[in-house]
Amino acid sequence: MASITFREVEGSSLKYWLLFGGLGLFVLFGALAWNYMHHHGHVVTGMDNQIVWGLPHVFAVFLIVAASGALNVASIASVFNQKMYKPLAPLSAVLALALMLGGLLVLVLDLGRSDRLIVAMTHFNFKSMFTWNVFLYSGFFGLVGIYLWTMLDRSVAPYSKAAGTAAFIWRLILTTGTGSLFGFLIARELYGTSMLAPMFIIMSFAYGLAVYLMVLAAAYAWTGRALGDAVMLRLKGLLAVFVAAVLYFTVVYHLTSLYFAKMEGVEAFILRDGGIITTLFWVGQILIGCVLPLLILLTALGKQRTWIMVACALIILGGMAQMYVTIIGAQAFPLDMFPGLIEKSSFADGQVHSYAPSVPEFFLGLGGVAIALLATTFGVKVLRLLPATLDDATVAKLEH
Amino acid sequence: MSEDKSIENTPSSPERRRFVGVAATAAGLSLAPGIMLMEVAHGRPEEQAASSAVRWGMLVDATKCGTGCNDCVSACSTENGWTPVAESQHKNQAPQWIRKLELQDPLTQFETNLPMMCQHCADAPCVDVCPTGASFKRADGIVLVNRHTCIGCRYCMMACPYKARSLVHEPLNDTQKADVPRGMGCVESCTLCVQKIDRGDGTTACAEACTASGHNALLFGDMNDPESEISKRLRELPTKQVRADLNLNLGVRYHGI
Repeated sequence: MASITFREVEGSSLKYWLLFGGLGLFVLFGALAWNYMHHHGHVVTGMDNQIVWGLPHVFAVFLIVAASGALNVASIASVFNQKMYKPLAPLSAVLALALMLGGLLVLVLDLGRSDRLIVAMTHFNFKSMFTWNVFLYSGFFGLVGIYLWTMLDRSVAPYSKAAGTAAFIWRLILTTGTGSLFGFLIARELYGTSMLAPMFIIMSFAYGLAVYLMVLAAAYAWTGRALGDAVMLRLKGLLAVFVAAVLYFTVVYHLTSLYFAKMEGVEAFILRDGGIITTLFWVGQILIGCVLPLLILLTALGKQRTWIMVACALIILGGMAQMYVTIIGAQAFPLDMFPGLIEKSSFADGQVHSYAPSVPEFFLGLGGVAIALLATTFGVKVLRLLPATLDDATVAKLEH
Repeated sequence: MSEDKSIENTPSSPERRRFVGVAATAAGLSLAPGIMLMEVAHGRPEEQAASSAVRWGMLVDATKCGTGCNDCVSACSTENGWTPVAESQHKNQAPQWIRKLELQDPLTQFETNLPMMCQHCADAPCVDVCPTGASFKRADGIVLVNRHTCIGCRYCMMACPYKARSLVHEPLNDTQKADVPRGMGCVESCTLCVQKIDRGDGTTACAEACTASGHNALLFGDMNDPESEISKRLRELPTKQVRADLNLNLGVRYHGI
């Protein structure tokens, strides 16, 4: 096998520091948003006692799901021994860690008592899916960190496959845990199904790869390194399969619910009567997130770099819409305590709950995205993560 | 007692001794339940843990619940120091430990009124999902939130099928009660007036208010004690649990729904 030269990004250009500074600014905005929310309480957010998880959770869960998906490229290299993916693996691992960091920060800074984070790390209730997730997230950092080490340090390189396999299995369990945060809830109609675990896994494949492809293309374009079509076309083919699978799971999930009379109300809400939620479902999740990317990736358009990037951006936007529908939509539909009866109260019983995210919530979420990208930008400068070239000739040599 | 002792100390026949023994046992047996009841009535000492021999619960008779009457809600707010929703500037974010629900059957137009609050489930979903164990069930069946370990993640609010819980969204004013700790960023809900129970009041603010208003729709008591008023009424009246399909074994039972 031909050897690949990995090289740090020099990171001394004005462009690099502008990117670094720009991302840093959004991290600062995120920190200010947290400070504002923490000082005044959640009263300054759009969240209330009906919509208890808002936009920060949409960002956080998206980032956490994308994090485990971003590791896929590395897994294909080590676990499934696809040589062409080997040079792509270190960036995949770093991006996975960075996205996880961003997602977790948003999650914990949105706590009512974010100052009590230490309590969450010292008091455990092992019946809680949240507690399991605390261990799954920590383990993810540990295992992916070790995996990255085996990729970067030749002296431990023989352990790379074992570490990669452990990380791969762990990320599958982790996303099962993320899906089960919702899947293990009995109260709300749209949750309480084991469907959510595999659905979140397949979504993580799609979202993670879309983010990975955009970061990869940007890194090579901005550093003037060669990135051949062989890599891009192989990955976009994989992306199309993942997006099609997301669409399949979404259709089966809603078809199953539609069949049950007790679910008709909530399905009618999501699919037809839910206003912004319905729009986000059809236009965001289905059209932008699945149909348009598939049209791009599976037709001649998918051979052009720009269009692949457009498809990735659409998948990410669609993914955010999906998280919004999954998290906010399920809460917006009122709890059905007395099936068949009309409920009224001072506590918004029986009413569809509206939610308008506030500016600080939005910036807290963006701060998580920014810190993930900032960590990646810093990572490629200090670590040898990116091959000096990924032109078609170099990549072709790998497979022989 | 001193008389018994003096008798026992004097030389006496075996019959007399037996009589004294039997009498003492009989006295003990008849006094013990009384002393136990007094213990309950006077509350338990601080160092004594809540007992699973007791299961506090509530019977709501929806057929007696007054339309438009809000006395239970006001009493709860006064007792526990939360601002009534009408006085709150942020109504959707204001905590409500108890609320009046108006139900109507769209076909028959039949209307029902009832208070809704934490149902104090034996298998509480909020307790299951709480990552830190802050949400917990006391041995006597009361579901509570530990104010010191609640991190405000709101997972319990996502899990509760009764929407019984509220997050404290804003800084609290000085209406807080000394024996009802609350705090911004923490989740809270009906405690069955645990401070009153532990004091030995034997009832809750809402039940007291309902009785005072003459509706008598709320009855609080020990569901484990077959002789308690609530147990007797539960034996006589057909009652239901809200969302009985979830099989959570609720501490609040409803008649007339």
